[in-house]
Amino acid sequence: MWADVIVTLVKLGVVLAVMLTAVPIMVWVERRGSALIQDRLGPNRVGPFGLLQPVVDAVKLLTKEHLTPEGVNRFLYYLAPGIAMVVALSTFIVIPFGFDPGLELFGHPIHGFLVAPDLNIGVLYIFAVGSLGVYGIILAGWASNNKYALLGGIRSSAQMISYELAMTISVVSVLMTTGSFRLDRVVEHQSHAWLGFIPAWNVVPHILGAITFIIAVFAETNRLPFDLPEAEAELVAGYHTEYSSMKFAAFFMSEYINMVTASTLIVLLYFGGWSIGPVLAHPQGWGGALTSVAVFGLKVAFFLWFFVWVRWTLPRFRFDQLMAIGWKVMVPVAVLNFVLVGVMMALGWPV
Amino acid sequence: MVIWAFLVFAVLAVVFTTLAVVHRSPVVNVLSLVMVFFFLAAIYAVLGMDFLAAIQLIVYSGAVLVLFLFVIMLLNIRRVERFGSGRPVQAALGAAAAIAVGALVVWAVRGLAPVTGGVTPDAFAGGTAAPIGRMLMTTYLFPFELISVVLVAALVGAIALARRES
Repeated sequence: MWADVIVTLVKLGVVLAVMLTAVPIMVWVERRGSALIQDRLGPNRVGPFGLLQPVVDAVKLLTKEHLTPEGVNRFLYYLAPGIAMVVALSTFIVIPFGFDPGLELFGHPIHGFLVAPDLNIGVLYIFAVGSLGVYGIILAGWASNNKYALLGGIRSSAQMISYELAMTISVVSVLMTTGSFRLDRVVEHQSHAWLGFIPAWNVVPHILGAITFIIAVFAETNRLPFDLPEAEAELVAGYHTEYSSMKFAAFFMSEYINMVTASTLIVLLYFGGWSIGPVLAHPQGWGGALTSVAVFGLKVAFFLWFFVWVRWTLPRFRFDQLMAIGWKVMVPVAVLNFVLVGVMMALGWPV
Repeated sequence: MVIWAFLVFAVLAVVFTTLAVVHRSPVVNVLSLVMVFFFLAAIYAVLGMDFLAAIQLIVYSGAVLVLFLFVIMLLNIRRVERFGSGRPVQAALGAAAAIAVGALVVWAVRGLAPVTGGVTPDAFAGGTAAPIGRMLMTTYLFPFELISVVLVAALVGAIALARRES
């Protein structure tokens, strides 16, 4: 029993360390990437290629003065960034980061690259915890005692609830073909090939669902073109207008961590996780398992770049357009995908 | 172990329920309710009903209470009157109704056989997705379909009310 506790704690530590390291790297990628797209240089002074810029930024944010505006509800004002951070960090325990061929360490099974291997609700856990994330933003907006912040918070709650619906319906069709909530089963289901060479990724039969899901996670993570809660031109900085120093950094980091979660989900649900067709479906030993982790990481890195790419390519929607797309396009398309997949399953097609 | 986890969550749920009723700031009321649903989900999870726990959080904390909060913020209610102040008749009626409902629940539960042999995890493994889905499609098919119709009716009603202006 104690060995299991230690294994779980070590896994938690490793995952947390990886997530918190991913944030500064992503910030660097975002800033240099935006510079590349906009044909300018970007931060290039601190360290080689400006790689140490996030470190300097972190020191700046940590040493900045803590400002608390007048008339705020102190408890909720300080609680809000905490909620955002806790929710962002706690979704990771059900994500399998690689294949588990029954790995052992010092003669003890470590149950794969998954922090909570016995939780059979898998992706539902992510939605359950993730659905609490909206509170961080609403409370930040309300507790700040600032009308722009309040408008940002209210927009965010409307946006997240609307897009959660389309997102969940598209995921339901994936779960329907898999027959399990567990994300490792979802990958297992995609670990073979059609006609011997086309990887059987869910993105092919679930193409409408995949598109809906990817658009919806952009809205859920408040990234452009859906960053209405913090649209600078209209709302100053939206819900985090009144937040400075590390309190702002908590929102900033949670946005980037949510981006990582979203990318891992896109890869696991629609792009075969760590498998490339039958390749890496059942790798053996530590070497094979670590290769599967690396392949998974590469795929996730591509979608993280995709987030940056889209942000600096597309302009922002208007709020009424956002809601109209969410309810009149996304939800019907997701339902259509659901029905199509159901029909394909009933006809006995390999989906 | 399980019984202690249950007791901790149950006590916290009761504490936050009280807070949800008596606190004077509506935002704190709603947030206490979020905590209540969170601890109820924790109790489900302790009993091995993972699926119900997740659904509890997704439906109540993630959707219903966000809408509550949304309405409170749009109406900008900063304070509510103290519990039972101002309208004694309504307060008395409300208290009487609450006691009646409580008595009804006690009366209904009284007839149930107690679970013997202590509470263990997985005691109610029927709370996972597969058995619930099977029951909804077989034993409880009619109530399930009826609820869908009721929900559609509510939806149509809301749209009809919203469109009447134009």
